[in-house]
Amino acid sequence: MELQRLRTVFRTALELPEEAEVDGLEYRGIEKWDSLAHMSLVATIEDEFGVMLDTDEVIDLSSFDRARQILEKHGVVLAD
Amino acid sequence: MLTEVFTLRQSEKEERLRAELVELVAHHRRNCPPYDRILAALDTDPEPATLAELPWLPVRLFKTRKLASVPDDEVIRVLTSSGTTGDVSRIHLDRAAAATQSRMLARTLGTVLGPRRLPMVVVDRAGVVGDRRSYSARGAGALGMVNFGRDHLWLLDADDRPDVAALKDFLARHGDAPFLIFGFTFMVWRYLYEVARDHGLDLSQGTLVHSGGWKKLADQAVDNAEFRRRLGADTGLTRIHNFYGMVEQIGTVFLEGPEGGSLYCPDFADVIIRDPVTWEEAPVGTPGLIEVISTLPTSYPGNLLLTEDLGVVHGVDDGHWPGKRFSVLGRLPRAEARGCSDTYTGGR
Repeated sequence: MELQRLRTVFRTALELPEEAEVDGLEYRGIEKWDSLAHMSLVATIEDEFGVMLDTDEVIDLSSFDRARQILEKHGVVLAD
Repeated sequence: MLTEVFTLRQSEKEERLRAELVELVAHHRRNCPPYDRILAALDTDPEPATLAELPWLPVRLFKTRKLASVPDDEVIRVLTSSGTTGDVSRIHLDRAAAATQSRMLARTLGTVLGPRRLPMVVVDRAGVVGDRRSYSARGAGALGMVNFGRDHLWLLDADDRPDVAALKDFLARHGDAPFLIFGFTFMVWRYLYEVARDHGLDLSQGTLVHSGGWKKLADQAVDNAEFRRRLGADTGLTRIHNFYGMVEQIGTVFLEGPEGGSLYCPDFADVIIRDPVTWEEAPVGTPGLIEVISTLPTSYPGNLLLTEDLGVVHGVDDGHWPGKRFSVLGRLPRAEARGCSDTYTGGR
């Protein structure tokens, strides 16, 4: 699967422009990624990749990289 | 119920907490000059033999001064809560403290909710979070809880009216398997209990987590026992957990056990009930002011706080989980609270 899909999920859920750089994003690192947007991000990730995240994973999902790692744990491997 | 954080018997807990808190007090003294000055003035013992002898601060101090143990550029969140006086506490969190508080709150509530995120009813309106940068206490409470759920239903509309059709729809989709309900106590009563009762809705698969106190329900003669009894009898909801916590110790909650009626302290926290005149620890069964103790605060000196709430310890190592079990009895009347502040001369 393409890493591009995760980038698109981040841009959609966090209401960022299409060309926004998201690979280095961290939770609360930008104003738009606050706790409310976080829930929308989690829901969008779950819908897009067909996974169910536990509470611990929702809390642990603190950056773009962590999101990628958590998805890998669920068997979703995203290629650059 | 599998638990990671309600495991320690009181004597073991007190020794662990004492040792950790001696370190934390020293850490805050090194990194928060105003805190160091307060403790220097109190001339406290740096290595006391008991938990009760560690120096506490009145919780209202966070309303009148900035107390942070990390440099400004490491602060990623400032939590605020308005108290009854209109003053605002300001709690400074760095990245580590913010992560720890979320994780430990999850461990604590995970004891009764399990690891899976359940479909969730929030007895509030989505707009309660308002301006995302200036959280109200109510909004912050709801936001802290949404991580535990999925497919959230915000029960109230913009005018704080419960959306009965949406609730029926939620129950049609999720009502036959475990789901989660969160809300402030009086709102759960007014907007969920009464609606569910009047419409004959079945909440028997739900687990309710609620907080906020009983004052607004006192005129209806609803206390904790009555709340539990009526919800069970009229809606089938029997898994009910009240909790007690405050923004000044964010991430630490004292949780009602499954049997109902008593709040329990997680392993990293404790309470001491103090006589409001002598400040001595009150015996089991004797009401007094609640001191809340937690090892979580690392970015601000909030580990040992004397609240303005009255409470009573019911027993020690004799309940569903080990440690102290207690109840909150309400706020200290305001005139007395002011008196306490006037006469406050320090923990020890």
